[in-house]
Amino acid sequence: MTAPTAPSPLLRVEHLRTYFHTRSGIARAVDDVSFDVYPGETIGVVGESGSGKSVTALSLLRLIDPPGRIEAGSRIIFEGRDLLTAPEEDVRRIRGNRISMVFQEPMTALNPVFTVGDQVAEVARVHDRASRKAAWERAVEMLSLVGIPSPRERALQYPHEMSGGMRQRVLIAMALVMRPALLIADEPTTALDVTIQAQILELLADLQQKFGTAIVLITHDLGVVAEVASRALVMYGGQVVERAPVRELFANPKHPYTQGLLRAMPRVGQGLDRLVTIPGTVPAPTAWPTGCRFRDRCPLAFDRCATEAPMLPDGAHGARCHLAEAGTPVAFADRA
Amino acid sequence: MTVPPSARGATPLLSVRNLATHFPVRTGLFGRPKAVVRAVDGVSLDVYPGETLGIVGESGCGKTTLGRSILRLIEPTAGTIEFDGVDFRALRGAALRGMRRHLQIIFQDPFSSLNPRLTVGTTIKEGLLVHRIAEGAAADARVAKLLDEVGMQPAYASRYPHEFSGGQRQRIGIARALAVEPKLIVCDEPVSALDVSVQAQVINLLKDLQKSRGLAYLFIAHDLSVVEHMADRVAVMYLGRVMELASAGDLYREPLMPYTQALPSAVPTPDPERKRMRIVLSGDPPSPANPPSGCVFHPRCHHPARDASCSVIAPPLEEKAAQHWCACFKQPPTVVPWDAQKGAGGTHPPERHLPVQALHQRG
Repeated sequence: MTAPTAPSPLLRVEHLRTYFHTRSGIARAVDDVSFDVYPGETIGVVGESGSGKSVTALSLLRLIDPPGRIEAGSRIIFEGRDLLTAPEEDVRRIRGNRISMVFQEPMTALNPVFTVGDQVAEVARVHDRASRKAAWERAVEMLSLVGIPSPRERALQYPHEMSGGMRQRVLIAMALVMRPALLIADEPTTALDVTIQAQILELLADLQQKFGTAIVLITHDLGVVAEVASRALVMYGGQVVERAPVRELFANPKHPYTQGLLRAMPRVGQGLDRLVTIPGTVPAPTAWPTGCRFRDRCPLAFDRCATEAPMLPDGAHGARCHLAEAGTPVAFADRA
Repeated sequence: MTVPPSARGATPLLSVRNLATHFPVRTGLFGRPKAVVRAVDGVSLDVYPGETLGIVGESGCGKTTLGRSILRLIEPTAGTIEFDGVDFRALRGAALRGMRRHLQIIFQDPFSSLNPRLTVGTTIKEGLLVHRIAEGAAADARVAKLLDEVGMQPAYASRYPHEFSGGQRQRIGIARALAVEPKLIVCDEPVSALDVSVQAQVINLLKDLQKSRGLAYLFIAHDLSVVEHMADRVAVMYLGRVMELASAGDLYREPLMPYTQALPSAVPTPDPERKRMRIVLSGDPPSPANPPSGCVFHPRCHHPARDASCSVIAPPLEEKAAQHWCACFKQPPTVVPWDAQKGAGGTHPPERHLPVQALHQRG
């Protein structure tokens, strides 16, 4: 939650490209994504469906199955080593131990035939070779830490005996057993009701403070990013189109897509009669437009956008847009 | 609830009184009903011509069952539904089908709500043929006009649903509902499956159609900001009951029910500068098969005057201010006398609780 102070990043992603080689062509789901994550910070990755945010998350753990492939030239450097060239055995040791993941679906991510205590304990048994008894005690302790009431009794329950919010707490407990340096949370609150979402976001922030875990939070909800992240990446068409400290992103969005997204959201008390809309839909990943991938939905697009792909500049706040080179373009002005 | 919460002097288009829909939970060898899930439990509301009544609530609160019970897609257990002056629950057979023309529904999931084997045109035309509104070339012309009205090319009539994105399919669903020229459309989470950029397009379309056609909407959603944007009045549901009903403006400026107060404070806002105090409700919503006694919200309530009487007395939905209805007898004024509350173990007299910090911007 605090601003990055340590100069060396915990995770450095360089030119990550994950393509799916399908019969209908190559789907370039993630196409040249680079970013850093510093120890203890929360970085939000926002995007709509098809933006590549979830594939980015899975790529970080090398969880891409054929026909998907992480292309040559991509680098994922974690604690000084490139996860993409490391042997599978080493990556398996890192997964769930130094880097862990929480998924969106608390209903399907747990095994229905084991008690939740067993499932949390298994993490300690696998990664720490803990004894059955010691692992069980750690599971109970973790369940208590994630705010599950009467954890000793609840540990004996099966996933179907728990609510969605409780299951998400169990998943967070599993993810944090080994006190990982990095937690990747892919839409961790999307399947939950708002009052439960508020509980889970608060829990994540608490645990982060306690353990100093860095969090990569993948979400479609700009509101969630505004509340919990210190920096944000906005993804569109398999690329990062804007990178900024969160306050900057919301106060001064530079990419027309970010501007459109912010203005398209209805807000309580806003009192607008009509919402600003972004015309059209996200193109298919097998057929991104040439040049800028947002150009056919962008009200400011001009001839250069079709011929030359804009780059994401270095620096704390940058946008992948030709117009952002000179200043801040203004697309999608509010209509009162 | 005894007094109908009416909005204005006009005659309501839809008038629902004490509607209940209970589902038996069958278990055991002979499948005897063991328990009853009270999905909708005594809901009364009115929808006026041309207005949008929003229904908000979390999953399991009964909002979808309410919408379907009103259309009798699920047969209600008890209560009355008056639509356009007709006792809708008394209708059978052809009379019911005829009336359904005026009551349409738009579903949440644009992927499963369209028949994949029918062309878009056939889907839209079906209602026209069933209700003998148009046939042959006239029907095709109507389809083309409807597609145009929802922002799609008339040529799309010959295509199949899989060729369209979620937002476009939702437009098709809207055209299908509009085809029979309804007076009321139940919109059941019509934009929650859509991306933000597409969601705004569909919301604007629904608003435009309401204006041009004078439609009334029963707009069901879990997203407060969407409901506030769409609705004239909003009913907040919890465990099958309406807990608060007020104009959208009043509800967001001055929510009286402690549950309603917690809802907006839980929604993350896309504005990092606007830090609000948040009311985090403890626990999960209880099961509608086994609702808490008294006020169903009392186990999660944060009202400072909450006491033992809340677990005994079921709060009536009562008018706290002009056209502002709320089911909480700890929020004055109330028809539940203090003596009665004391008799039920009450220790804290009602007191006005409006945690403004949680609701509005600080500083």
